[in-house]
Amino acid sequence: MPIEIAGSPRAMHATRKFLSFVLAFLCLGPLLATASMGQAEAAMIFVTNEKDDTVSVVDSQSLKLVNTIQVGHRPRGIIITPDKKDIIVCLGDDAQLAVIDAQSMKVKRLLDSGPDPELLNISPDGKTLYIANEDDSLVTVMDYKTGQVTQEIPIGVEPEGMGVSPDGSIVVATSESTSMAHFIDTKTYKVIANILVDSRPRYADFTHDGAYVWVTSEVGGTVSVIDAKTHKIVKVIDFEIPGVRPELIGPVGINFTTDGKRAFICLGKANRLAVVDTSTYKVIDYVLVGQRPWHAALSPDGTKLYSANGLTNDITVVDVASLRAEKSVPVGRLPWGLVVRP
Amino acid sequence: MRAEPNTDKQRPVVRFFRSLPIRRRELASGLLALLLGGFVPLIGSALPSAAQQPMPAAQPLQVNILYLSRQYDEPAPLSLTEKVVTDKGVQGARIGIEDTNRTGRFLSQNYRLSEAILGLDEDFKAKAKAALASGANLIIADLEKPDLLALADMPEAKSAVILDIRTSDDSLRQEDCRSNVFHILPSWAMRADALGQYLVWKKWNRWLLITGKNPPDLGYAAAVKRAAARFGAKIVDERSYAYAAGSRRTDTGHQQVQQQMPLLTQSAPPYDVAFVSDESETFGDYLPYRTWDPRPVVGTQGLFAVAWHRAFEEYGGTQLQHRFEREVGRIMTERDYAGWMAVRSIGEAVTHINSVKPADVRAYLLSDKFGVDGYKGESMNFRTWDLQLRQPVLIVDPTELVSISPQEGFLHPKYLTDTLGFDQPESKCRLK
Repeated sequence: MPIEIAGSPRAMHATRKFLSFVLAFLCLGPLLATASMGQAEAAMIFVTNEKDDTVSVVDSQSLKLVNTIQVGHRPRGIIITPDKKDIIVCLGDDAQLAVIDAQSMKVKRLLDSGPDPELLNISPDGKTLYIANEDDSLVTVMDYKTGQVTQEIPIGVEPEGMGVSPDGSIVVATSESTSMAHFIDTKTYKVIANILVDSRPRYADFTHDGAYVWVTSEVGGTVSVIDAKTHKIVKVIDFEIPGVRPELIGPVGINFTTDGKRAFICLGKANRLAVVDTSTYKVIDYVLVGQRPWHAALSPDGTKLYSANGLTNDITVVDVASLRAEKSVPVGRLPWGLVVRP
Repeated sequence: MRAEPNTDKQRPVVRFFRSLPIRRRELASGLLALLLGGFVPLIGSALPSAAQQPMPAAQPLQVNILYLSRQYDEPAPLSLTEKVVTDKGVQGARIGIEDTNRTGRFLSQNYRLSEAILGLDEDFKAKAKAALASGANLIIADLEKPDLLALADMPEAKSAVILDIRTSDDSLRQEDCRSNVFHILPSWAMRADALGQYLVWKKWNRWLLITGKNPPDLGYAAAVKRAAARFGAKIVDERSYAYAAGSRRTDTGHQQVQQQMPLLTQSAPPYDVAFVSDESETFGDYLPYRTWDPRPVVGTQGLFAVAWHRAFEEYGGTQLQHRFEREVGRIMTERDYAGWMAVRSIGEAVTHINSVKPADVRAYLLSDKFGVDGYKGESMNFRTWDLQLRQPVLIVDPTELVSISPQEGFLHPKYLTDTLGFDQPESKCRLK
């Protein structure tokens, strides 16, 4: 069994990059070019760079960096509003959110979020923001139009994950130090269930049908699948990668494919994305990307997945159908999260 | 506390009450109840398991943890820029209790810390025996070696879980290990290995070893020699610093230091780093910029290896640093981190087993299931052969994080962190 030393993923990554580049050039290139000619306009990938205080914008067709936006200090969580007009970024060290106009790529508004916002989410109607205040054990609820904080909901220590149900009725917040997923009713703002999961839960997301909530545990190295109605854990997904030490497997981001049949789980220091079948909970494959991917985002047509690789300062393009890493594009320092504007 | 001779055994507690911010009142009343009533018989082992679906039970599971320490003489930091801190450790344990109670309130578990900080003139054995007799069996020991062993060897402590948060002494993990004592802080061997791996990675392989004269200095120096042998570095010469500890305040101090340190290091064979072993903190801080040859200083001062440091903020560490500073009003020292980690270890176990029986806690701490998040980016657990906490070790200077060991390329078939310190095959510990 090959033992992976920390220097080698990068080498493997480079080799793989090179091979995929050659392959793409030889056979896929012309196909891709034909396919992309049908699209009117390229989608834009917005990446938060935690260390650089910037958001990098990458053109999804040319895969070139087209813009670098100065946003404020320690940008991490990033979302796009349901109408795709605004991109909202958590500025942890400024206690603010920056709102970027998705077309002009300019910061057009700053909102006071409460201390240390790390990650946020928005209601399906685009009216309400749910913000994890990592330093303050709070979920802040904000009216997006007015920027007014309407509620502060105390949960466990170090809130981070913030999953919103498809109908908007439930928010699931995770608290990293308390190791829990807290179910919050968005009508009453009451916490209706607290589910103990493995260590350091960092992200929560509902399946497309709203039936299950998936919660990643970074230090525990697992994903808990929770029944959204009964609040029971129905499955704990483990990961085992030949040649990679278990302690390096740190699940963080979750992305369900457009058809909902698969989930991509970012595995942090394992430098891979796990591909999980959502009906059998079996791991289908592991895709090697850059170092320490924490979050990823799907292209608007669902054919590509982009991972933000914190330690290699790049994003990796993964083909959803073939599960191949196609290319990595350099962005800023410590890329954290990303969204795609159609 | 240390500076004031203390004959009234209640006094530290009284002082603690007085210094309480409002937010700790609840903890305080809990403590008061403990003081008045002694240790309540521990209840709750019969409660149903609350692991997955926390249902508020009628009566919360009471988790009582005893913090046992003494007011030892500790040298004041040589540097006047460093505050003299007399409550290292216990403040971390208090924050650990707050953090753990956040989880506990969802699981109907209530964690309480009772603090017994004894004066040096008090009869340690008698007090410790009394505490054990009244039911204390989850114990955080902020104790020096003789007291730690005295506690561990009491018949009443046989089944207790004792978490040592103060020592780094290798002998306590080797021939003097005890089956009821877990060690939170990295041992000297782990620290020397952590530094050694970094130096070897830098290809700074020639070390000039400079050692103080106290037993701990010699203990750490032995660990440095072991690290050199393990990683292929060379100790080119060994020097001893024999002057007594100086006063922190002097009117004309720097001239003598400026003369002494070059003398100590002159005419050395070619070397890459001065490796200082001054656990007693009497001269190590004087070495940087004063060695005969222009060389970096590493070891117990200069560039050193620690479990925790203010400059560390990765893996969510910032949040713990902020929480601590907000509550305590000073930075979190390594012993505070150990105190916090000890409470979190017990909390992690009790959260999952919903029992406070020390035998259950011990079994869980040593099981495959146990893993505690110590803000180092990976789950941490205990080595079963010497009850030492596995952990990445920070390589820092006084103001910056320089690296984190184990270093790239140092491999181990089970845990990379087992490249630091005594691995199972070399362990002299025989747990009974």
